[in-house]
Amino acid sequence: MSNSGSIAVPAINPPHSGRRTELLSTAANSAAGLVEGFFEWFGNLGIFFWQVLRAAVTPPYEWRELIRQLDEVGSKSFPVVVMAGSAIGVIISLEARYSLSRFGAKSMFPATLVYSVIQVMGPIITGLVVSGRVGAGIGAELASMKVTEQIDAIEASAINPYRLLAATRILACILMLPLLTLVSDACGLLMGWFAQTLVEPLSFHQFIQDGFKGATFNTFLPQTFKTAVYGLIIGLIASFQGMRTRGGAEGVGRAATNSVVLASLFVILADVVLVKFILVVFP
Amino acid sequence: MATAYDIAIKQEQSEKDGIAPVIAVENLRKTFGSHMVLNGISLSVNRGETLAVLGRSGTGKSVLLRIIIGLETPDSGSVCIHGQNIVGLAIDRMGEIRKKMGFLFQHAALYDSLTVAENVAFPLVHHRKEMSRSERGERVNQLLAEVGMKGDFGKMPSDISGGMQKRVGLARALALEPEILLLDEPTAGLDPISSGEIDDLILKLQRERKMASVVVTHDLHSAKTIANRLALLDQGNVVIEGTFEDLQQSNIGFVEDFLKLS
Ligand SMILES: Nc1ncnc2c1ncn2[C@@H]1O[C@H](COP(=O)(O)OP(=O)(O)OP(=O)(O)O)[C@@H](O)[C@H]1O
Ligand SMILES: [Mg+2]
Repeated sequence: MSNSGSIAVPAINPPHSGRRTELLSTAANSAAGLVEGFFEWFGNLGIFFWQVLRAAVTPPYEWRELIRQLDEVGSKSFPVVVMAGSAIGVIISLEARYSLSRFGAKSMFPATLVYSVIQVMGPIITGLVVSGRVGAGIGAELASMKVTEQIDAIEASAINPYRLLAATRILACILMLPLLTLVSDACGLLMGWFAQTLVEPLSFHQFIQDGFKGATFNTFLPQTFKTAVYGLIIGLIASFQGMRTRGGAEGVGRAATNSVVLASLFVILADVVLVKFILVVFP
Repeated sequence: MATAYDIAIKQEQSEKDGIAPVIAVENLRKTFGSHMVLNGISLSVNRGETLAVLGRSGTGKSVLLRIIIGLETPDSGSVCIHGQNIVGLAIDRMGEIRKKMGFLFQHAALYDSLTVAENVAFPLVHHRKEMSRSERGERVNQLLAEVGMKGDFGKMPSDISGGMQKRVGLARALALEPEILLLDEPTAGLDPISSGEIDDLILKLQRERKMASVVVTHDLHSAKTIANRLALLDQGNVVIEGTFEDLQQSNIGFVEDFLKLS
């Protein structure tokens, strides 16, 4: 990304208004540079996605690498997702008990917990946790391969690195995210229920029965499967940032950080769009 | 009408007859930003021939090799491999051509998550799917033996020295029995004995398999041993191209200095 935000130092103190226009034009310039940089980044991301897509749908298929990556994404994320999901369950449980009892709606507790966890918090927390864990992992791994010419070596061996490295990682993220979301949801519900029973005994069976009363597949399935889109975002951005890295060890660090920041940001932005989309399509 | 197949057959025949070059680089230009690296380079290599590329550090020898295998795109000019221009070729089409090429990177570029043996086996795993596991293992052992690294197959690249990494990189480049060999300083960082062994190996391959090779080197002795022709690069141009004797007889100041100081 180009940054044209250089500040010119005038030789003599210009009149007040002159300095102001200069500052304004500098600000406008760097804003323009930022916008330009953003569009350039987005354009390159689009080209990268197209390359990966084209490589992914044509043989040879890299099944072995895909399985390795599924294992990698799953096993790396599992412990963090379990912990984050459980913590979210407890937090919602505490908050819900407090708010609901203030409005005298304590009987709503199971449904509140179930809906908050499965519809709202489970997917987004899983998305963010995996962005951090897997996004950084893919970004750093591919970046270090790039700066040590290992990706060039793969290409020189007549192997398409978009197919072998990027496509497998992106697909692994797409496939694993919904599964990890289910894990996170399950931990959230279990720990949320557990936190509640410590104060007010409630059988798990009863809790589940009340919580899912009146729920259909439409209530939960789209919310769980939308996380496949998060997977696409995480895998795509991390692979892209990794494979375009330049500049030694420093570049590797930057790629890892950028992968996490951008993937998290776009997961949240995608959530906004997807929530609206799901409300319209699955009323 | 001549089909692409006819043209390919004709090219192959001419290559065998030694008329058409296997690698033909025409008027290559490459800049990075405002930094001009190659300024109109033309070179060609025939079947069974080794071209040594010499030049000061930073003149663009590695960039030239990377352009020949399509890792870098030139600003203008053409690179023909077996008569086909590869500039701007899509990655999978390029892959078909790269299967016939072996490339040794200046810094070896071994896969650091794989062992030495797995590094050498990597191209075989991907392109010789019909090979059984034991056949592959045998081939890897044979390749490692050729570069004098037989005992180190289980080690990780980070646990072996730079010169050893270079030799493993060479074994990997030879795995698919390429017709074209591009080597970026194969003997740099090697002791005289190992470096003599590598020279012998390159000579043997050239004799037995009639490979076309481009070897970048700083080692004048090795260049003299393995190369049929030498090309000396300076400031983006080929200063002189010819046999070692041609270079010795040249009265271009840069060539004299280069030979005297090497
Ligand atoms: N990706 C790149 N971006 C910018 N500049 C580059 C890039 N690759 C190479 N260069 C520049 O091109 C020039 C030639 O580099 P190259 O690596 O080909 O030199 P060389 O002749 O192989 O030197 P050495 O003998 O030291 O290996 C250098 O000045 C280098 O800075
Ligand atoms: Mg070099």
